[in-house]
Amino acid sequence: MDQATQLEIDREKGNFRYETDYAFDAGVGLRPATVDYIAEVKGEAPWVREFRHKALKIFESKPMPTHWATKDLEAIDFSKIRYYLSQGQKPSRTWDEVPADIKKTFERLGIPEQERKFLAGVEAQFDSEAAYSRMKEGLSKLGVIFVGPTEGLKEHEEIFRPWFGKVIPTSDNKFSALNSAVFSGGSFIYVPKGVKVKQPLQAYFRINAENFGQFERTLIIADEGAEVTYMEGCTAPKFETATLHSAVVELVALKGAKIQYITVQNWSNNVFNLVTKRGLAHEESEIRWIDCNIGSRLTMKYPGVILKGRRARGEVLSIALANDGQHQDTGAKMIHAADETTSNIIAKSISVGQGRSTYRGLVQIPKHLKNCKNNTECDALLINANSRTDTYPAITVRGEGNSVQHEASVSKVSAEQIFYMRSRGLSEAAAMSLSVNGFINDLVREFPMEYSVELKRLIELEMEGSVG
Amino acid sequence: MPSLDIRNLCVSIGEKPILKDFSLSLPKGEVHAIMGPNGTGKSTLAKALAGHEDYTITGGEVFLDGELLLGLEPEARAKLGLFLAFQYPCEIPGVSIANFLRAASQARLPEGQEVAAVEFYKKLHGKMDALKMDRKFTARSLNEGFSGGERKRCEILQMMMLEPKYAIMDETDSGLDIDALKIVAQGVNLMRGPELGVLVITHYQRLLDYIVPDKVHVMWDGRIVKSGGKELAFELEAKGYDWVSKELAPSAKN
Ligand SMILES: Nc1ncnc2c1ncn2[C@@H]1O[C@H](COP(=O)(O)OP(=O)(O)O)[C@@H](O)[C@H]1O
Ligand SMILES: [Mg+2]
Repeated sequence: MDQATQLEIDREKGNFRYETDYAFDAGVGLRPATVDYIAEVKGEAPWVREFRHKALKIFESKPMPTHWATKDLEAIDFSKIRYYLSQGQKPSRTWDEVPADIKKTFERLGIPEQERKFLAGVEAQFDSEAAYSRMKEGLSKLGVIFVGPTEGLKEHEEIFRPWFGKVIPTSDNKFSALNSAVFSGGSFIYVPKGVKVKQPLQAYFRINAENFGQFERTLIIADEGAEVTYMEGCTAPKFETATLHSAVVELVALKGAKIQYITVQNWSNNVFNLVTKRGLAHEESEIRWIDCNIGSRLTMKYPGVILKGRRARGEVLSIALANDGQHQDTGAKMIHAADETTSNIIAKSISVGQGRSTYRGLVQIPKHLKNCKNNTECDALLINANSRTDTYPAITVRGEGNSVQHEASVSKVSAEQIFYMRSRGLSEAAAMSLSVNGFINDLVREFPMEYSVELKRLIELEMEGSVG
Repeated sequence: MPSLDIRNLCVSIGEKPILKDFSLSLPKGEVHAIMGPNGTGKSTLAKALAGHEDYTITGGEVFLDGELLLGLEPEARAKLGLFLAFQYPCEIPGVSIANFLRAASQARLPEGQEVAAVEFYKKLHGKMDALKMDRKFTARSLNEGFSGGERKRCEILQMMMLEPKYAIMDETDSGLDIDALKIVAQGVNLMRGPELGVLVITHYQRLLDYIVPDKVHVMWDGRIVKSGGKELAFELEAKGYDWVSKELAPSAKN
């Protein structure tokens, strides 16, 4: 593989942009007035506005976490970002009502088609607000709620307020504080007791504007014995300047509930993607994060599960692909807080060219607990010698009868292996895709079908882009 | 006549010239053997023909059935019908033999056409049976943890599946015991015919008992110093490579 042909990323699918007029624009920079503007536009209750202002103070008081994370974070200039942009649209219930330019965008991304094929509900967010939101009728009859945070906190305060900001407190980290100050868009979902939503609910997050920050906020509550799968996808066009995406996602699985949260992230190369995701698993419940990160300039994301109730289960299956000019800093957190809880982490990272992958894990099983188990597996694949991979597994397991299993591996696809495959007629991109797919295959088998197909396709596109 | 035609090929690794004015014409339908001591440039010839980028072409031309080969990407050469059975096939972790060969077959089809799965497996199993390979191998990662002999057999399996026009076998005999050697030779002999030209690179005469060549070329210091019929292999075996260095090489230089 020669250097010149290595890595010019071109995830063409998301790289386009139609002109858009914004009726609501909070302007550039972040001040208390910005927060007021957002609260005003949304007509929020005083307690929400208060929540935002407090968060802004916490955000300002916290330093950038560059003492442990990359210095590249310093490239984010918070005074140059636009924090709220919308056409003032209310989410439409039919695609025909969606403004033409926005509709065109989502059609090109294939969202309405996927909705017809296999989804129980879709929310499509364009910059700060959802343009479309719809759920199959049967589900609302069963009492399932699938709305944005504005509507969720306004219309269903009694359901969402008790958990809002409880799994991830505002002060958790600088970016959770930022999100808490300026959040807009995202999904608030409630699945009532015993209701099992068979098909996935999906949200699609689209950044359209330059110098923009997208701060969606998601809260999913699965009541006792309920089950739900949620998928999120995201893209942005390629801009000259950095774009910020900083979400907070909280999951609450009550007794015996199951939540599966799937991410297909396909950001363009200049997006700083700094996301906090955590779930709270009550007795005998199960929370599973499937997290696949492709693209972005820097992703920092460590989905976690707090295993609060006896026999709760937590799982993180993650795949990160770092191509040239990208840094995937990802991992998982498992906080065991009850007996007989089990957690499983399988993290696979692929670094291509100058791409850089970092795994950070945190597993805690305190001394007083009994019969807890954790399994952690981190595998790295390096495609060519310039790639860099670091692993920081922090596993603290105390107490008798608790067990932990940890495996890590690094494998390489060398220029020699690529040549071998090419000599059989495969293009360089096909050879790389084949290696990557081989590497993640056993993990992808665990994913829902539609998702693994999409993932495979994205990887192929990424590899094609990488060899120019 | 269709042929793999190598004309005055000069190849360097870094600054070091390895192939020096190497010429050889392999007509389709024939089997030629190249014999020569270690380090004389046999593998360099094979890899340069396959398009390995470490090998710098400093002169000469190669035509495959009249088409210019040099300058093409390795995969384009493969699609033209060139196949190299490597001296040291590398491991491809995570990629099964079946998936690999399927992708390679797919790559040879025009856009929009798919490899038919049932026929593909039928063919694959047939070839594996011929090479006395356990069918369980299809699911194993390519060459990963394979013994030397298994790797060589797997190279021949790929060759049989991809049906090249010209195949270069780089020391396929090394690392094979006599039974495996016979099986591999049988596989090659099955493919022999008017549609295939084979260049058998070997160090020893032994393999040529089973794959009987139409011509034998003796290589020394980056070029061919003597060509002849199959009896040349016996002469070389009897007289040893000393004979090449002392008698053939000096006269070839003049
Ligand atoms: N990758 C390489 N880098 C430097 N020198 C090499 C490399 N490969 C081969 N050579 C040198 O090129 C010469 C020819 O090697 P090779 O073609 O492998 O010979 P053969 O296959 O006939 O044994 C030898 O002197 C060998 O040391
Ligand atoms: Mg050799």
